[in-house]
Amino acid sequence: MKRLFILAVLFSSAPVLAVDGMAILQRDCAVCHSLTGPAAQTLKDAWSRKGPDLFYAGNKYRAEWMTAWLQKPQAIRPAGLNYGEHLKAGVKGDEVDTATLPLHPVLAKADAVAVTAELMKLKPHDDLISKEKLESGSISKQMGEMAFDKFYGCLACHQIEPEFGGFSGPELYTAAQRLQPEFMASLIRSPQAWNPKSWMPNKQLTDMGIQKMVRYLDVIGKESANAK
Amino acid sequence: MRNRFWLLALIFAASPLQAQELAADNYRAYCVQCHGMEGNGKGVNIRDMAVQPRDHTDAKSMSGRSDEALFKVIKEGGPAIDKSVLMPPWGDTLSDEEIRDMVLHLRTLCKCKFGS
Ligand code: HEC
Ligand code: HEC
Repeated sequence: MKRLFILAVLFSSAPVLAVDGMAILQRDCAVCHSLTGPAAQTLKDAWSRKGPDLFYAGNKYRAEWMTAWLQKPQAIRPAGLNYGEHLKAGVKGDEVDTATLPLHPVLAKADAVAVTAELMKLKPHDDLISKEKLESGSISKQMGEMAFDKFYGCLACHQIEPEFGGFSGPELYTAAQRLQPEFMASLIRSPQAWNPKSWMPNKQLTDMGIQKMVRYLDVIGKESANAK
Repeated sequence: MRNRFWLLALIFAASPLQAQELAADNYRAYCVQCHGMEGNGKGVNIRDMAVQPRDHTDAKSMSGRSDEALFKVIKEGGPAIDKSVLMPPWGDTLSDEEIRDMVLHLRTLCKCKFGS
């Protein structure tokens, strides 16, 4: 009884902003996500990670997307983070064993807001981001897809609409909703600069090619947002 | 005690800066997504590909490629040997050492040599 009273006092005296985003991150997220870096330097380390690195989250994600996603997480990588852990032999070849894909923890709104605010402060890669200068311009969906698929071969690993494309990389029809444009440009320029053991190869695109791809991802990102 | 120290010093001096991975591990990490768990060209990504990945267990087609050609296509990608752009360049992912090991690994998958 006395205990209850003490608790009541504690709660009523708590400040208005009661949610400590960093405390949540340390307690519930750090088991799967690296919040401090560095990125994996060996395959063994890369394979042991249970969630994508978040130590450069402020250089990578759009805050409003993150807050919404944390409250209603949906799969981003059709074959999971380490695709090799989620394969089974099928009739026509390897298939994703969807039963092994984990469900993500769901956060209440206040927690999602607090966690996002903390994650967006993590910006150790301003150096890489500041190298990207995106010029305004447009590309038709058709031309963009032609380049993405036929010239650069990105379709091998990425889906550009639900159920069309490869499985080992994150779906890209939602990439522009999820990611900052400079991050996309920088990652396409060099996946290894962000993650030396990344499953994504450096396709050696020219500056022009990189600009085109970021514009194209913007086009399909807007289309998929409007379709909702 | 003294001996132990020297042993440790030696081990450290001998290990290269960037750890080199085993070819089988690199294959599992990077090649399996398209070439498949069995190396038979039936990876998880192939469904919507216009050109299907090479079957690395097929001795007939693999013996038609020299070790130099295999090195080149892994490092620089399909177009370097007039093949599909769907085969990416892995030169920023793997060191030359690792690519040379990978060529040897491919020879164990096809159980074949160039021209045999
Ligand atoms: C059991 C491991 C696990 C825990 C615990 C976990 N996550 Fe995740 N998280 C993942 C995985 C795996 C993904 C990738 C999901 C996908 O690709 O579909 C992910 C994705 C994310 C993403 C999207 C980023 C991206 O690029 O995929 C954010 C943001 C995120 N987690 C934040 C959190 C926060 C905040 C917490 C703590 C409240 C948390 N996670 C707890 C495993 C975990
Ligand atoms: C061999 C497979 C593969 C190819 C080919 C490939 N990617 Fe990726 N891509 C990946 C993987 C795996 C990731 C996740 C990378 C990581 O987190 O290190 C990724 C990540 C990305 C991301 C960031 C997505 C996110 O949510 O984090 C973008 C954007 C992207 N790729 C664009 C491209 C473009 C453009 C091309 C073609 C020029 C391409 N990719 C070719 C496998 C591939």
